[in-house]
Amino acid sequence: MVERGTALLRKVEINVAEAEKRTGKNTVNMQETYSVYLIEIRPAETEGGTPAAPDTLWRRYSDFELLRTYLLVTYPYIIIPPLPEKRYRLPLISPLVGLENFLLRVASHPVLSNDKIFFLFLTEVSSQTCVAECPLKIFSLKHYSDELNSVISQLLRVRARVADRLYGVYKVHGNYGRVFSEWSAIEKEMGDGLQSAGHHMDTYAASIDDILEEEEHFADQLKEYLFYTDAVRSVCRKHELIQYELEMAAQDLAQKKQQKEELATGTVRIFSLKGMTSKLFGQESPEQRESRLAALEQSIQEGEETVKEKNTECKEFMRTAWEDIERFKEQKDRDLREALISYAIMQISMCKKGIQVWSNAKECFSKM
Amino acid sequence: DKGQPWQNPTTTGNKSNLLHQMNTSLADGSPMPNSPSSLVNQYRLEDDDEGQKDANTKDIFIAVDNPESQVTAIETFIMYRVATRTTRSEFDSSEYEVRRRYQDFLWLRSRLEDNHPTLIVHPLPEKFVMKGMVERFNEDFIETRRKALHRFLNKISEHPILSYSQHFKVFLTAQVSDLASHKKQGPGFLSRMGETVRAVANSVRGLRSRPEEFAVMQEYVEDFSNKMCSMDKVTQRIVKEQREYLEELKQYSPTYAQWADLEEELADPLKGVVSCVVQCSKESEEQIHHLSEVLVPALHEYVLCAETLKAVMRRRDNIQAEFEAKNEALLSRKVDQEAVKEVDGLADRMEQANNALKGDWSRWQHSMRTDLRSVFISTAEKNVEYYEKVRQREISASDSNFTHTEKTQTELLFLFFF
Repeated sequence: MVERGTALLRKVEINVAEAEKRTGKNTVNMQETYSVYLIEIRPAETEGGTPAAPDTLWRRYSDFELLRTYLLVTYPYIIIPPLPEKRYRLPLISPLVGLENFLLRVASHPVLSNDKIFFLFLTEVSSQTCVAECPLKIFSLKHYSDELNSVISQLLRVRARVADRLYGVYKVHGNYGRVFSEWSAIEKEMGDGLQSAGHHMDTYAASIDDILEEEEHFADQLKEYLFYTDAVRSVCRKHELIQYELEMAAQDLAQKKQQKEELATGTVRIFSLKGMTSKLFGQESPEQRESRLAALEQSIQEGEETVKEKNTECKEFMRTAWEDIERFKEQKDRDLREALISYAIMQISMCKKGIQVWSNAKECFSKM
Repeated sequence: DKGQPWQNPTTTGNKSNLLHQMNTSLADGSPMPNSPSSLVNQYRLEDDDEGQKDANTKDIFIAVDNPESQVTAIETFIMYRVATRTTRSEFDSSEYEVRRRYQDFLWLRSRLEDNHPTLIVHPLPEKFVMKGMVERFNEDFIETRRKALHRFLNKISEHPILSYSQHFKVFLTAQVSDLASHKKQGPGFLSRMGETVRAVANSVRGLRSRPEEFAVMQEYVEDFSNKMCSMDKVTQRIVKEQREYLEELKQYSPTYAQWADLEEELADPLKGVVSCVVQCSKESEEQIHHLSEVLVPALHEYVLCAETLKAVMRRRDNIQAEFEAKNEALLSRKVDQEAVKEVDGLADRMEQANNALKGDWSRWQHSMRTDLRSVFISTAEKNVEYYEKVRQREISASDSNFTHTEKTQTELLFLFFF
């Protein structure tokens, strides 16, 4: 297991060296141009037997944003260093310095520098494993899903209260109907006008029932997406589980490799019962050592298989899940846009009814 | 006696016909006629006359404005400016500007009622509002009162009899000190107490029978009063409900704004919803404003009118009761010249009162109908306007939504239907 240490900067040098423009297809299948930045890591020394971290790594601005959001949420009590502006007003100055600064500040923070995701942000290349990028992507999805859940819940609450109030307004107008009717009975010239106006007031009061029923449809559409957010969350959880299993397997493998090394070189770095007993009770025989080495070798091979399997599982899961998530996003945008339009159409229809009723009432009043 | 209209006719139009009628019976310039038939002639105005009278022949314009608070050692009160423009010849000048306080209006009204017990004198706004802890010097309260005082004076000025009252003229023209001395000339406090006691005593005795038409009127007044109270209550309830609706509606904007921040593709449509809600809230506020500033005061005024009508009916009843009491007393005693004279006087007084009321009744009904019709129409118009504006907002909000997607032709057409 690589020791990251409390001061990461003692171990590595971090540099944001270059910027490049790339084009590619984005989530809505449109061509876009974006900038990527080269992160250079020069480790002081590599220790242990983990795969050597690559010297360079390209990341785009949105990746930095994602990392920062992750840090903000995970360490709410810490002041997270800021990122530079996305586009500088002066074209000659690029955000290289600002981005490097950001990384250096995080790396020099006693708590943040220990964050696993930050470390992986600096070192992992997504094509090899999905250990760094996955958590960030999943994290952003989970974050979005939680926020969407909260906002839709709030919206549904407001909608219910507004509907209640609107019901009250319409229904009270029914009282006008009653009073106009009674009043018309005692008037001569005004009687007819009042009577017919009263009928329109009754119509107005009754119309709210249909209006609210139609509105329910919009609420149902919102509720559907509320439930969807739960489904998204469970996808995230599943990924977390696979991720966890992968990490366990990797840890396990690293430990075994360490043991092998110790056994091979005769140094005891990690405390083990076997090591202790051999010290106390004398070295084991060469044959015993050989068999132990062989067993370890076997175990390591199995371990490597497991890690490869888990890695594949993780990548496959991410691939299919991400595909479906993209599809879900498009569907969500479509559905909700249509829902908003239907709602507007319903409101327009409600206004039309209102105009009708009050125009009729006005005519009746003119005849008073 | 100066200030009597039939001595100096200067008005034009149909109203002059009325004055002409009065004039021909008073060619010798004798004071106010008191024979029933001529009084009846005075008050029988046709509907047509009424309408044209309002439009063409208004010869006096009164405004109540500019409230200012006055502080003295004893009290603080509000003075209003009363500005008059008139072409009537009984006024020495054509323009007047005086300052009056609420008490002065109360005085004027009570004098008018005293002089014309069975005419329908438009009510004044109430002394104070019980509900809602409204202070006397609260801006809204003062403005509401000012509008009502303005209406009061204009209603008096439109009344064919009351607008020619001497007290009315003094109210409009006299400086503050002159008004004070004029006020003192009226019947003293004690004599007015005496009248009230007599009236109460007579009403306790009760009427033998109310003439049919007044019985009908009485019933109408009771019912009308109930209906006006109901209308007032219902309208105030509607205002309350709409205010609460508006409060909840406003909650939509921050929520939709939060959501817009989360989204990419949906951000614009959602922001469109936010601005739509904000605009619709403004429209709703305007509508509520109309209800509370126009409809509620108008209905409230007619609640007070109903009370006025009840008082008029009571006074008419008392006049009849007084006559009946004295008449009965006379029948049981020996014929006495003075007593007969007194009873005759009371009989005349009763007939005058009844005719005055009958005449003013149709005028009042017409005026009520006009007032309420116009305020109901304006409310209906305001509501139509509100819905049309909201509809427009919704259409523009969904318009911005459309431009981003590939909507089918049918869906676009659908929208055009609205």
